[in-house]
Amino acid sequence: MTPLRQSWQVTMRGIRVFMRNPAYLAMTLTQPIIWLLLFGALFKAVIRIPGFHGGSYIDFLTPGIVMMLAVSSAGWTGMGFIEDIHGGVMDRVLVSPVWRGAPNAGTVIYAALMIVVQTALIVLLALALGAHYAGGVGGVLLLILVAALLGAAFASLSNGVAMLARQREALIGAVTLVLLPLTFLSTALMQESLVPGWIRTVAKFNPVNWAVVAGRAAAMQKIDWGLVGSRIGLLVALTLVCAMFATRAFTKYQRSL
Amino acid sequence: MEAAIEAQELTKTYPPAVTALDGLSLSVEAGTIFGLLGPNGAGKSTTVRVLSTLSRADSGSARVAGIDVVADPVRVRHAIGVVGQKHGSDPEATGRENMVLQGEFYGITGRDLSRRVAASLERFGLSDAADRRVRTYSGGMQRRLDIAMGLLHRPQVLFLDEPTTGLDPEARVEMWREIERLAGEELMTILLTTHYLEEADRLASKLAIIDRGHVVVEGAPSQLKSDLNGDTIQIELAEAHDAGARVALERVPEIDRVRLDGRTLRARAHDGGAAIPAVLAALEAHGVKAMSVTLARPSLDEVYLRYAGRAFSQAQTEPEEVAA
Ligand SMILES: Nc1ncnc2c1ncn2[C@@H]1O[C@H](COP(=O)(O)OP(=O)(O)O)[C@@H](O)[C@H]1O
Ligand SMILES: [Mg+2]
Repeated sequence: MTPLRQSWQVTMRGIRVFMRNPAYLAMTLTQPIIWLLLFGALFKAVIRIPGFHGGSYIDFLTPGIVMMLAVSSAGWTGMGFIEDIHGGVMDRVLVSPVWRGAPNAGTVIYAALMIVVQTALIVLLALALGAHYAGGVGGVLLLILVAALLGAAFASLSNGVAMLARQREALIGAVTLVLLPLTFLSTALMQESLVPGWIRTVAKFNPVNWAVVAGRAAAMQKIDWGLVGSRIGLLVALTLVCAMFATRAFTKYQRSL
Repeated sequence: MEAAIEAQELTKTYPPAVTALDGLSLSVEAGTIFGLLGPNGAGKSTTVRVLSTLSRADSGSARVAGIDVVADPVRVRHAIGVVGQKHGSDPEATGRENMVLQGEFYGITGRDLSRRVAASLERFGLSDAADRRVRTYSGGMQRRLDIAMGLLHRPQVLFLDEPTTGLDPEARVEMWREIERLAGEELMTILLTTHYLEEADRLASKLAIIDRGHVVVEGAPSQLKSDLNGDTIQIELAEAHDAGARVALERVPEIDRVRLDGRTLRARAHDGGAAIPAVLAALEAHGVKAMSVTLARPSLDEVYLRYAGRAFSQAQTEPEEVAA
């Protein structure tokens, strides 16, 4: 009970900061909105390529943008740790008997909750832009869940990198470095049959692609439970691996003190 | 009485080759204020980190509140409060929110927690500011909040790492009173690090001077000073470099050592007050004119010079301090 409770307290710390300045949400959404509009316009003609099956491009694009948003939003999670390390907060937390997993768990939960809010808004925006959710409300909820799960994995990863690098610049670099390749080496923007073969191969191992595929299979068509379930399984495994990485990074940090 | 803090032969090296602790041993009696005095980079913070379970020594052992810091760090953490050299509070949260989160980390919850937080904020004069964000606090207020947070779970042993560094003189004196009150009324054991000689002198009943990772001398401030063997008689001469003055004083049996810097003549005597008449007589006999004579009890500065082999102010300005 105590570990859960303490993790939640850490989550609440983030939520309180957010509540003081909710306008921050709008800021985090400008980028995905631009992606949605920009890629939507840029690739509008994609549907006319022979071999592109069905629907409008916004239907195709929305899950992709949602997952991009999840990765970029979660990617900044470690920034809080870096501030805490430099401000002395981390040391104070570590000399307390708090459950050692609480800082990571709490910030990961916070990141996932933020992603739920952010992606819900993007989903609504896409709806206004004409997206059609064939999977219904249940499918959309699954899409959001998948985004949160992907975000949880990347939030842990970000925390781990932050503990090892301890510098803002390093984390900014890591996020920028990772986001675009993960997006372009997936089917976020382009249908699988239309991307080069090597990208198709890489995409099989790309967690963003797992999430995009699962999100699409949940929200944009009649729910394909097999596909959604298997990808969620992969994402859960990834989340656990990333959490382990964050724990290791934590230990490594403490050893360096 | 059993020692509240006991450290034996602690060593710690940071990569690539910084020896932060080099066989440091100390023992702090329960219910006292112990001062760890040393210049920047001496190893004070490292000592606090090792004793507070934040980091591990490469070798040596330590017990705090009777518990081994390596064998049972969780129990040690419950028993101690730590106020680090840096602020430990979240600037984006209010004072109260910081306190509540701190309490939760120690397993204090519910009404007990909110009551304790309110009482503690009140006690440290932060009630009015309790619901303001910490980033709006003055340095003194932040420091008080740090201490309030460190005390919330009522620890037996409190570590204060340079609690007054960066405070203005007024806030510093206020902090001193607070620390004295803690030791006096709450019978808490306090290990305080400082690089202010006067702070150690005023607060600590016992202190250890550390330099380059080990204790160079340990004792009560008054003891350390009296061990220096006497007082300094300082004489301002009418003329600079009056060598005759020196010769005159060296012949006075009560005087141990004489140093001449320009117009200032310093002579050490076991009992300075008793030596002054003889000194004045000797000067007169040699026809040396003295403008003024003052008697100084030895300061910790001199203790430091004697045991660390360099003046405190000199050690203090050496370039270093990579990480705090
Ligand atoms: N985390 C660290 N990594 C590397 N070197 C460190 C670290 N912490 C302290 N040091 C070095 O160890 C020595 C002792 O530092 P410290 O204990 O902070 O001294 P003090 O608190 O007395 O100023 C210094 O030379 C300092 O640069
Ligand atoms: Mg220090």
